[in-house]
Amino acid sequence: MKTCLVVDDSSVVRKIARRILEGLEFEVTEAEDGSKALEVCQRQLPDAVLLDWNMPVMDGFEFMGHMRRLPGGDQPKVVFCTTENNVAHIAQALSGGANEYIMKPFDKDIIADKFAEVGLIPVGQAMV
Amino acid sequence: MTPTEYEYLRKFLRDHSGLDLSADKQYLIESRLLPLARKAGLSGIGELVQKLQGAGASALVTSVVEAMTTNETFFFRDKVPFDHFRDTIMPEIIKARAGRRSVRIWCAAGSTGQEPYSLAMSLKEMGAALTGWRVEIIATDLSQEVLEKAKAGIYSQFEVQRGLPIQMLMKYFKQTGETWQINPELRAMIQHRQLNLLHDFAQLGTFDVIFCRNVLIYFDQDTKINIFNRLARQVEGDGFLVLGAAETVVGLTDTFKPLPERRGLYKPNDPRTAAAKPALAGAAPRVAVMAGR
Repeated sequence: MKTCLVVDDSSVVRKIARRILEGLEFEVTEAEDGSKALEVCQRQLPDAVLLDWNMPVMDGFEFMGHMRRLPGGDQPKVVFCTTENNVAHIAQALSGGANEYIMKPFDKDIIADKFAEVGLIPVGQAMV
Repeated sequence: MTPTEYEYLRKFLRDHSGLDLSADKQYLIESRLLPLARKAGLSGIGELVQKLQGAGASALVTSVVEAMTTNETFFFRDKVPFDHFRDTIMPEIIKARAGRRSVRIWCAAGSTGQEPYSLAMSLKEMGAALTGWRVEIIATDLSQEVLEKAKAGIYSQFEVQRGLPIQMLMKYFKQTGETWQINPELRAMIQHRQLNLLHDFAQLGTFDVIFCRNVLIYFDQDTKINIFNRLARQVEGDGFLVLGAAETVVGLTDTFKPLPERRGLYKPNDPRTAAAKPALAGAAPRVAVMAGR
């Protein structure tokens, strides 16, 4: 089973994302900010990270930079999931090592499409 | 929805658009027409059916037909056909048309534009291989409303997140507030035209590639056969027909043959005569004049 770390300071968003990702057969762990997420990654890197941008303590972009520098940290697929929906933020995320980018609000179809896009799930599954 | 109301709508749609719903498509009607009924200030399907039967319903008739014939669509829908386009269709065409350096593509159910624009993006991504080529994409649809949207190329944040890789969004779209518009260069690659597939489409000329996905599923068997046979006359002998995942020519016509291991991809069966062949059997299409036009 593939693993996905959901990083968001909103427990509601984490809960919705968890439900969707479990439906796509991911084993889900949660973190409420970038710093807690980094602790999780230092123990074990997930296959995927669904990553909010604006969070207290450490934001998503800073977290991604730290995670990418961990041994094997280039492996996890990072999918941003944020209300930051402008071109400047998207370009920054991609050049900083993000694989995909979701602009909130999101739903199951968008998550499935984006995860299929980066090869985390088969394309067929995204169409269900 | 009562069985009588369902039967009325089935017949209504058959008469007005050629759409042939099987006996178990109540959910489709409800999902498409309930929002429309509410928007029109009606209580539900029952009242909508009453209104359709009354005088002066022509605007409503058009809305109902458009709501029922508009497919859900998104960029690079089903992905596989676009992989075929990039990896099988275009390499063959680039070789075969190296002399005249032009390619004509028809999206026969272009809908709100996601499919023709996905093809345009695919072609752009091929870069130097097509430098100096004349590329023509003709996108047709039954619905004028849908064509207007396709022409504008403006999509909501929700729509650009379905099937479209983020890099392509960044590369080929411009953000305007909450919406995203496809670049003028890609918009210029596509001609949008209103067309009912039940009517004659010989005037469009012949094509190297025809995408006709997820529209024939709504037609009855005789109409399908008739359309396939007419499509065969519009595709070059060495051209391609692309159908939706749930569609096939098998058992309906021998004018096209499936390509092995390329799901949804077909070639004319007899390359020497395909583009010149007269229609085979195939009953005349049902009455298909859009009301209110």
